[in-house]
Amino acid sequence: MATLHTVNKSPFEKNSLASCLSHLQSGYAVLLFEDGVYGALRGTTIASQVEGAARSGRVYVLGEDFKARGLDEGKIIEGINVVDYAGFVDLAAECDRVQSWL
Amino acid sequence: MSEIKKFMYVNRKAPYGTVYALESLEVVLIGAAFDQNVSLAFLDDGVFQLLKGQDTKGIGMKNFSPTYSALGDYDVTQIYVERESLEERGLTLDDLLPLKYEDEDDDWAEKDSIRLVNREELAGLMEDQDVMLNF
Amino acid sequence: MKFAIQINEGPYQHQAVDSAYQFAKAALDKGHEIFRVFFYHDGVNTATRLAVPPQDDRNLTKLWADLAEQHNLDMVVCVAAAQRRGVADEDEMKRNGKDAHNIHPAFRISGLGQLVEAGVAADRLMVFGD
Repeated sequence: MATLHTVNKSPFEKNSLASCLSHLQSGYAVLLFEDGVYGALRGTTIASQVEGAARSGRVYVLGEDFKARGLDEGKIIEGINVVDYAGFVDLAAECDRVQSWL
Repeated sequence: MSEIKKFMYVNRKAPYGTVYALESLEVVLIGAAFDQNVSLAFLDDGVFQLLKGQDTKGIGMKNFSPTYSALGDYDVTQIYVERESLEERGLTLDDLLPLKYEDEDDDWAEKDSIRLVNREELAGLMEDQDVMLNF
Repeated sequence: MKFAIQINEGPYQHQAVDSAYQFAKAALDKGHEIFRVFFYHDGVNTATRLAVPPQDDRNLTKLWADLAEQHNLDMVVCVAAAQRRGVADEDEMKRNGKDAHNIHPAFRISGLGQLVEAGVAADRLMVFGD
């Protein structure tokens, strides 16, 4: 009974990512897309929380959005996997529900 | 459509600054006709939607907060408010509209629709849903 | 698997309409079904056939219309949100005494019940918005 949580906001603008991370239940998957991809970067003020989430469960970042914004894949937090839209669809299909942290 | 699903409307935004609170409420009212198991969650800035004493005369917008008080008449009676979100904003339950419903299984006794839950409890409730409508 | 898609933001203003399109295309490519695409809030502006984006930009109305034609998608525009924002078909135009309509024929106007019904009928509801 796992949930796919999607976050599309920069963690430096809105609390969507922080709120999402504080509501995770076992078996979760988190996908960062649109401006949410900034949450996947190492060395930010929220990175330690994201690292924790990537250790205790699955965290993904949408590669298309990451590349579009000129970000360096070498700076992605360890344990976060890059997926494409097909992977996004697979995640939505395999989880039991999708919660969008708008 | 005989299948009954658990629908949760997740409200995380303050009213008036953007349209989401109002248009979420419109879905709730329409959705009430569908005989599904409906609940509303108010967390983060969404708790501001339920504040007492909203007066919109000065901004020329419709005050839609009385509609929350009418939800009980639409059989929308499971309203979860996150305790931590209230506390972070310096609010208590007393600051919120007293939402009530009449329980037909208990001789129409008037009961509170709002259930104060902590973050962990709310996360567990979210995990129990079939459909999440996020606004 | 049957997906339903809800889009809450206007085209060109927010990435939601683009993300939802890429998601829908990927889902269809994988053989999934899209039960319905529901345009709500400013998302209803995606349905205007009068938009003329610059030639070097994507045309979101056309992208969605073409996808709908290929896959026989049901694309619904919320009537209440559309009325507020001046998106109308011929019936709405007449009913409200207006002198023009602007909806692209790939879209249809209907009520919010269509969104709730999509939530009931689909295996997953995907919400794209702000």
